[in-house]
Amino acid sequence: MSEAETVAAEASLPAPSSNGHDLLRIEELVKHFPIKAGFFKRTVGQVRAVDGVSLNVKPGETLGVVGESGCGKTTLGRTIMKLLEPTSGKIVFDGQDITGFKRKQMRAIRRDVQIVFQDPYASLNPRMTVRDIVAEPLRIHDLYTRGEGNRRVEELLRTVGLSPEHANRFPHEFSGGQRQRIGVARALALNPRMIVLDEPVSALDVSIQAQVVNLLEELQGQFGLTYLFIAHDLSVVRHVSDRVAVMYLGKIIEIGTRHQIYGAPMHPYTQALLSAVPIESPAQRGKRERIVLEGDVPSPANPPSGCRFRTRCWKAQEICSEEEPALVPRVGGEHPVACHFAEVLSPLDLEEQARVRQVAYAAKRAAAAEASAAGSPT
Amino acid sequence: MADPILEIRDLTVEFGTEDGVVKAVTGVSYDLHPGEVLGIVGESGSGKSVSMLSVLGLIPMPPGRITSGEALYKGRDLVKMPKKELRELRGGEMAMIFQDPMTSLNPVFTIGDQISEALLTHNDDMKEDAARARTIELLESVGVPFAERRVDQYPHEFSGGMRQRAMIAMAMANNPSVLIADEPTTALDVTIQAQIVEVIKAAQQHTQAAIILITHDLGLIAELADRVVVMYAGRVVELGDVYTIFDSPRHPYTIGLMTSIARVDMDKERLVPIPGQPPSLISPPPGCAFHPRCAHSNGRAVCRTEIPALRTAEGGGDHRSACHFAEELAGVHDPVATVGGGSS
Repeated sequence: MSEAETVAAEASLPAPSSNGHDLLRIEELVKHFPIKAGFFKRTVGQVRAVDGVSLNVKPGETLGVVGESGCGKTTLGRTIMKLLEPTSGKIVFDGQDITGFKRKQMRAIRRDVQIVFQDPYASLNPRMTVRDIVAEPLRIHDLYTRGEGNRRVEELLRTVGLSPEHANRFPHEFSGGQRQRIGVARALALNPRMIVLDEPVSALDVSIQAQVVNLLEELQGQFGLTYLFIAHDLSVVRHVSDRVAVMYLGKIIEIGTRHQIYGAPMHPYTQALLSAVPIESPAQRGKRERIVLEGDVPSPANPPSGCRFRTRCWKAQEICSEEEPALVPRVGGEHPVACHFAEVLSPLDLEEQARVRQVAYAAKRAAAAEASAAGSPT
Repeated sequence: MADPILEIRDLTVEFGTEDGVVKAVTGVSYDLHPGEVLGIVGESGSGKSVSMLSVLGLIPMPPGRITSGEALYKGRDLVKMPKKELRELRGGEMAMIFQDPMTSLNPVFTIGDQISEALLTHNDDMKEDAARARTIELLESVGVPFAERRVDQYPHEFSGGMRQRAMIAMAMANNPSVLIADEPTTALDVTIQAQIVEVIKAAQQHTQAAIILITHDLGLIAELADRVVVMYAGRVVELGDVYTIFDSPRHPYTIGLMTSIARVDMDKERLVPIPGQPPSLISPPPGCAFHPRCAHSNGRAVCRTEIPALRTAEGGGDHRSACHFAEELAGVHDPVATVGGGSS
């Protein structure tokens, strides 16, 4: 697509630097939501949506965050944006600790960090014209002047592959893909350095997804943007990310370069997740060892002790319930993995693991049946 | 190959709306053979669901109406069949699984009640306790743990994956000969999807039902389907066995779909999207509906003026493509290639 090239005249921005300086760093970030019950709405528990997440994002890179529903990836993105107040932990943007920043102070930060939401049908105000939607960030930051503001809006629309004539229309006149472009134009209005992309393409049809993914890649190259790309689609995350973090029940369980995560995953959950994705090639049928996990994700209000994945893990031993595995590099690999028994699986190991899995799951089922017979609910 | 169990012939379905008549399905024909998995793939609005739901009488009419065509199930036309007879077929010989198991289960009845109802409705001489026993058996067969206890629970007490298992149990209750699965895994997480795919495979092996798998997910098609129908703008644009469709597609839309997807098992330098938007079904483009987005039309007049017929591709057999220039597409899509050029 050549849409974005039209404004390539825009000064060439500095190439992504990798001098070790982090644009974003979060340390032990926690976001709990209270569960209220009863007449007095007493807090009876906590949903531990994000429960001690540390990561860093370097300028110009794309960090992908993947995980299944309820793993906390969206809450993570919103807490980083301070759309949700963190329960504890630290958010450092460009060397500045913004954890305690109030609304007003955040305003300056939001010039640098923007967010694009999943649902292009819900995230654009239906009563505003496209011009007003894209100009809104400029107005809020007192950067919208007559004439100049209009020019900026038109330039932004061209940048995302829409035409300036679209400015006077309303969101309902656009398709899903075009709406997501409008959302991206709004995010770009203030020349941010970083964009949090929360499932930016999952509401779109496949042929349109590729258009938006390519647009995001072009914009990144053009403006030197840094992305935090949150998604459940493992294929899209592989395509866009330099590094990938895998989340499970509020924690990062594995983080590494794209090639480490997709080529040599070491956490049993990452392995299961990747093996579960159907591959668009019938020739692969029956040739891949598929790891089918048993059971469902436990409630984040009452996560298992120790390793949170142990209730579905075929490798789980006693230590897994007693000691939470640290997210550190393990023997056999260089990237951090939170598993006591982390290992890269070769195809031969996969068969062996399948046997281990059968035995382990049979034992789990038997234990559960016993517990059920004893009357305790599962 | 055995005679088809279901033959859709020249089906056209329209919806009357304020803005005009939406031609959701136009002149669609395909066969379903006993025991096979037929994948119907397409994007939203392609007509992939409507083509099936309409012949089962599951589309509200009006606004919908079948303006032409027939759907022969074991020789009987479903389109002309009295409602009562169609109702007997549905949930009996022809069963369905839908995308969202929360909205397809009734929240005020227990899972067991709902599966038993399916059994009792279609088996007049069945007693209630026999139905209950069979229900528990069915739940066990789809991997619902502690089926004896969970049979008395309500849908909200089941997780998404467990609900979909219950739906499959219900669909399989009367040993259907046709199972229609409309986006059966779309609402589920990937590890749960994998579980459900296994359950569907096992259920099919057990009952030998022919399955119509309606989905937008090419991965699921590649994994489960024997034959594939590709739909675009209400028409069948390509049809063939699954290996042929993936290895030597002969329609620019099918090729476009394959080049536009990211893959979990390989790096692609760049995705090659299909430019533009899907067409309006009220006033579709003249000629081939795909021509405004087509990378191979090159502005040729015939693409703009003539609706291409679905004709046998050069490989022969069952492979058919509705492109005027299908022959030119030989070798255009090499599934092993990981690098695509830009599309400007």
